[in-house]
Amino acid sequence: MSDSLGSKSETPYSRHSEPNEGDADGGDGSGLNADGTTSTGKSSAKRISKYFTVRLLQAAVTVTLAVYASILIANAGGAVDELRIGQIREQQSVYLSQSPEFRDLRSERRRDLIDEHVQMEIRRLGLDEPFIFRSFRYLRNALTLDLGRAEYLTSESGSRQVRYIILERLPPTLYLFASGNLILFFLSVFGALFLSRRYGSKLDRAVVALAPTSTAPNWFYGIFLVLIFSAVLGWLPFGGMVASPPPANPFLYFLSLVRHLVLPVTAVVLNLLFVSIYTYRTFFLLYSSEDYVEMAKAKGLRSGVVERRYILRPTLPTIITNFSLSMITVWLGSILLEGVFNWPGLGSLIMQAISQTDTPVIIGSVAIYSYLLVFTFLILDVVYAIVDPRVGVGSGGAES
Amino acid sequence: MSKRPSRFRANLAEIRRYPSAIVGCVMIMMLVGVAIYALAVLSYDDAVRLWRGGAVWAENPRNARPVWYNLVPGVERPTTIVLDSTDPEAEVERTQVGEQRYEISIRLPFEYEYDGFPREVNLFVRSEFDDARPFLVSTWHTPDGRRIPLGRQQVRQTEILRLSQDRDIAGRLGGVSPRFGFFTPDDTPEAAEQGEYELEITATVFDHDAKVDARLVVYGQVHGIAGTDHRRRDIGVALLYGTPIALSFGLLAVVGAYITTFVISAVGTWFGRWVDTLIQRIAEVNMAIPLLVVLIMVGTLYSRSIWVMLAVTIALNVFSPGIKIFRAMFLQVKTAPYIEAAQTYGAGNTRIIFRYMIPKILPVLIPQFVLGIPTFVFLEATLALLGLGDPVLPTWGKVLQDAHQNGALYNGYYYWVLLPAGLLIVTGLGFALVGFALDRIFNPRLRNV
Repeated sequence: MSDSLGSKSETPYSRHSEPNEGDADGGDGSGLNADGTTSTGKSSAKRISKYFTVRLLQAAVTVTLAVYASILIANAGGAVDELRIGQIREQQSVYLSQSPEFRDLRSERRRDLIDEHVQMEIRRLGLDEPFIFRSFRYLRNALTLDLGRAEYLTSESGSRQVRYIILERLPPTLYLFASGNLILFFLSVFGALFLSRRYGSKLDRAVVALAPTSTAPNWFYGIFLVLIFSAVLGWLPFGGMVASPPPANPFLYFLSLVRHLVLPVTAVVLNLLFVSIYTYRTFFLLYSSEDYVEMAKAKGLRSGVVERRYILRPTLPTIITNFSLSMITVWLGSILLEGVFNWPGLGSLIMQAISQTDTPVIIGSVAIYSYLLVFTFLILDVVYAIVDPRVGVGSGGAES
Repeated sequence: MSKRPSRFRANLAEIRRYPSAIVGCVMIMMLVGVAIYALAVLSYDDAVRLWRGGAVWAENPRNARPVWYNLVPGVERPTTIVLDSTDPEAEVERTQVGEQRYEISIRLPFEYEYDGFPREVNLFVRSEFDDARPFLVSTWHTPDGRRIPLGRQQVRQTEILRLSQDRDIAGRLGGVSPRFGFFTPDDTPEAAEQGEYELEITATVFDHDAKVDARLVVYGQVHGIAGTDHRRRDIGVALLYGTPIALSFGLLAVVGAYITTFVISAVGTWFGRWVDTLIQRIAEVNMAIPLLVVLIMVGTLYSRSIWVMLAVTIALNVFSPGIKIFRAMFLQVKTAPYIEAAQTYGAGNTRIIFRYMIPKILPVLIPQFVLGIPTFVFLEATLALLGLGDPVLPTWGKVLQDAHQNGALYNGYYYWVLLPAGLLIVTGLGFALVGFALDRIFNPRLRNV
């Protein structure tokens, strides 16, 4: 059980003893895969699918607990209860004011009637039960994003259901996040490989010197990019996802989308690029001083092969772990990044919800971000399992 | 073990070999200096009061650039000119013109030496009287001899006459805003006429002790060391007082979050088994709680106070992913022979954890600690930019948020964004430079790469 965690917790500092036991494995594993991918393909697929299933279950438990914890925080001062009762009151007063049989009632009589109905609803929905029972109902609602109606915000299609409002904003956020981070990942891995070959060069030193710039969050870079490329130079749009009105031609639409993506994606990449290259470069350098690398070089293998098979391959799991931890900050930083670029995603939605104090939407976004975080980890776990042949062993606790 | 403290000090001394770390140290010193100065000149209540704004800033121009804009050769933007009838230069005469009728004549002359036009022209009138309100007739004199009548007003005890926004005066100037019309006879204003201007006010009062004082403010385009915002507040105040707030937020958050994480991780590793498993599971769940969104939730539902935010931040960082990093290190320490030795002489769990395990890994914590500070400083800025900044305190993030909300970049008020952003950069870089250098010193594996 804890073995998979142990390997997940590898960090720049944590591998002091690992290479010794990992050497043989890493070397063997990569050799094996390079030589006999077809023969082990089936079993590794089985291994990964089993691993994935276990991980999926773990992720489900994690999300549930995280959302439950958030609910406890949210209701620490009774805010969720107030919100629910407010929603019921609104519902009842709309119902009573619209039904013809109550139209002629005097206003105070109607108010009493509303109070009566609200009390009935509270009892019917079990809101008078102790919080511990209700909290589980809130949990179910939050997990299914069944959060009732937003107070002010509406979706593009005009719906006030929190679920539709949130789900509608998901795709733009995912475009931005996925494109930014894929570019970041590959750019930094190859940049790091490139630099580890030129260890000590001017370029290498420049990147090391630039690594501290990553302390600023990505929206901070966004502000400067807007300042330079939109305000001063006027080359790229200030914000938004497509030009307004959106071009009808799909190709032009795509071009416009790309044009709007340039700056936010650059902000995401620029934010972590140097520190990632610096960290990965360090991993590469550590691994390239291992004996089996010397051995491979001595065998006369081409440097490209040595790099791919003997340096990159065993380092990848460590890199992925590192990348996966940095995702937490990227996800949360992009809330404001979207705000800076007026990107119509979840982040902008949260900012709108804050400015209008739309509580159901804010609570819903806690749930959706928990999902997003956990799914990111899950995907990276699967990638981890694919690149690290050792993983299957401890995943379910079956073998160890 | 006995050698450890001296080695620790030697390691610290090694920082001198890193020029980047020295630059970082200088940056941090400067920030600490500014913070101390800020706390010395402004009390907490003063800072809050000044940032609330209002009448305190009535004589500041809106959105004025910092004065150092004028250091650029060829740029000479007007600064604010304030003339008061109680000043020695002002000419004030009081004559009796009838029974219970006195005339106070006030002449406020000033030299205007700029090409640019002022932002606004306002006249603040204060008066003391018994029953009948004083009656004002004023005229604007220009260097080329034009006399622009500014109309007649009956004034209360305090009155603000917004001359540059007065439609009647604009009408008299042929539809040109008085902001330009006062300073040039042209219909298409390009450059202000330089020379001696004068505001002449004749106030008629109706009792013997009645007084009228006038204060003319010709608002400049530059003001103070950091400029002003849309509510005339001096941005310098927020930048100055934001420094101690930012530093203390970062420091407290790091102390609260990292030290607890560190200790918990040590405890978990030492006891192992279910304690360790439980801590690991909590850390995993904690990783799935989106900190910023929870802070947003707390901010909208309960309180936006920076101290509440700090408390929530610390609480949610106790089981941060850092636990896993520390755990991996403690696992190695746990099996070290000297721990075994300690056990044989009968050291208790607490003693082993606090006297043997934690000190061993502490050097690794130090760089993390230093690197963590700017993260939290930026977190505060993030919250402020989301509109969840502290409701009363001036912070860098709140200046950025005001700038963003008022389209500072779009309108070309670059200073409004660049100054707070610059301070954030200095903070970020200062701590990061030191942190990265410490990381290389204290992590021997990184030393040679």
